[in-house]
Amino acid sequence: MSRIQSLFNTKNKQVLNVYVTAGYPQLNSTLTIMSALQKSGADLIELGMPYSDPLADGPVIQASSTIALQNGMTIKTLFAQLKDFRNTIHVPVILMGYMNPILQYGFEKFCADAAAVGIDGLILPDLPEFEFESEYGAIIKKYNLDFIFLVTPETKPERVQRLDNLSTGFLYAVSSSSTTGKDQNMDAVNAYLQRLQSMNLKNPVLVGFGIKDKASFEAASKYSNGAIIGTAFIKALEGATDVTAATEAFIKTVK
Amino acid sequence: MATTIYQQPDAQGYYGKFGGAYIPEMLHPNVEELRKQYRSIITSKDFKDEYQALLRDYVGRPTPLYFASRLSDQYNTNIYLKREDLCHTGSHKLNNALGQILLAQRLGKKRIIAETGAGQHGVATATVCALKGIECIVYMGEKDIQRQAPNVARMKMLGATVIPAVSGSKTLKDATNEAIRDWINNPIDTHYIIGSVVGPHPYPDMVASFQSVISEEIRKQLKDKTGSELPTHVLACVGGGSNAAGAFYHFTEEQSVKLVAVEAAGHGVDSGMSAATTRLGKPGVLHGSKSLVMQTEDGQVVEPHSISAGLDYPGIGPLHANLFDSGRGTFLSATDEEAVRAAFNLTQLEGIIPALESSHALAGLNQVAFKKDDVVVLCLSGRGDKDMATYMQAMGV
Repeated sequence: MSRIQSLFNTKNKQVLNVYVTAGYPQLNSTLTIMSALQKSGADLIELGMPYSDPLADGPVIQASSTIALQNGMTIKTLFAQLKDFRNTIHVPVILMGYMNPILQYGFEKFCADAAAVGIDGLILPDLPEFEFESEYGAIIKKYNLDFIFLVTPETKPERVQRLDNLSTGFLYAVSSSSTTGKDQNMDAVNAYLQRLQSMNLKNPVLVGFGIKDKASFEAASKYSNGAIIGTAFIKALEGATDVTAATEAFIKTVK
Repeated sequence: MATTIYQQPDAQGYYGKFGGAYIPEMLHPNVEELRKQYRSIITSKDFKDEYQALLRDYVGRPTPLYFASRLSDQYNTNIYLKREDLCHTGSHKLNNALGQILLAQRLGKKRIIAETGAGQHGVATATVCALKGIECIVYMGEKDIQRQAPNVARMKMLGATVIPAVSGSKTLKDATNEAIRDWINNPIDTHYIIGSVVGPHPYPDMVASFQSVISEEIRKQLKDKTGSELPTHVLACVGGGSNAAGAFYHFTEEQSVKLVAVEAAGHGVDSGMSAATTRLGKPGVLHGSKSLVMQTEDGQVVEPHSISAGLDYPGIGPLHANLFDSGRGTFLSATDEEAVRAAFNLTQLEGIIPALESSHALAGLNQVAFKKDDVVVLCLSGRGDKDMATYMQAMGV
């Protein structure tokens, strides 16, 4: 059983997944922030691998990626930083990123190296279902990595079922068809999440996009297994001199 | 020689190794709707009737195929110019924008978005939106807005909203990112008119279909002028590659016709200031399709350079990547300086001021050994009015 599946076996309400861009705000912030997230109660950590052209992200996360790239973050550097992270971090860790840098690194080498350092799963928004099934899914499975697909309110029910079947770990419900960092209409979100809940999906559902504080976290968790916070946390880290303190202060506003 | 699948990618949008639809789930409903419907819509009688009538009466087609006699003498061969520069709005871009607006109407879309580099595609899109009374939003890199003030003014006069792309390098690739983001945020009522043969399937095929009128006309016009539909060479400039796609389209299966694409070398292919994607790019994924992409060894997309904003793009359409990879096409490159020289040469020999983009194709003439009886068709994709500031600088005025 994967670390992610074990987590949901022991906790299936209000699971908190926090996103941070690797190499932001400083190149070496990554591990410090991960430790602070674990200590202050994040159940899962999603590490963004910065990319020059992040289509599925909003301006705040793109800006953090630009800074991380300027700081010198690369996939190679990230794996070097993560080499011994399992000595201190016990929560599941997911890598989120885009296909192009991974293809340059070598897709199989990427999966092998991710698994070797102790990464649990992948979110690759621009790896579509067809390519996953025809080529990349088998490699991801070979290294026992979970793979998480996204669904949106516009995703048709039969497609939700299909993406749920292809996913392991959890399903990532985008709370509106929108890039990250936009405010959401909670009534519409609730109706959508209730619709997902009634579908008897095989995976737990985490809600992403638009969650920024305790109220929106609890609202999003009401009809799902938990939520993902990204943009609001990146904003909280902006200009922080002590990232540990900034992380702990931020998580207090959510939990 | 390998046959190409230029006119019809496979069901997943692949041209050989290149193409596909590498898109986030948020774009899936939009792209899927297009994929399912575009072929049946654009081949329907209702669509074709309206499109053909507007191409004729509004765009000004067929555009002339002009035998450039003094230019031919200079190269000691026979050179015909396909005069896309005479299209309404000044370039071939309108062929595609018009096709897509008619498609968008039939899909019930109420709002149009587009990206633009030099502003030619933005102007073409703003034009057809004015024609149809549809809301138009054009994303343009903040740097390009400063460089291309006249086209920004044209778009505004046409009623479009021009939104500066302020992320990344603030140029065409970032404008494309912003347009895609807008589409993600407006999944129901909006159609995205991509200006080139790039983007996720079915865009490359759809845009190539709309531009294919160029080579359709060339075949007929050449038959009238020479007795044969087939030239020996077709030359076109390539950034993303929409005018080249149109000029090559009906010749790709004719193995006797040499297809010559000319990329922008900028300051020189190895100068670090270039946009010659087939020379500098590696296979990768950009803006939703797999193609050749200029990038660092870590897979970050790099900012290209060309004097021509329309060729200043770090990728190339997947159909052209396959044309290159299969050996069916010959890919050359011309520097900024060679392109400007070629522009002055054409202007002074033929009285035609070409766009900087088209000037790269003209510079390519110097790199091919033509025989006396060769028949060379060069796609003159646009006119040079928009580039007068650059030409004036070259003249020292």
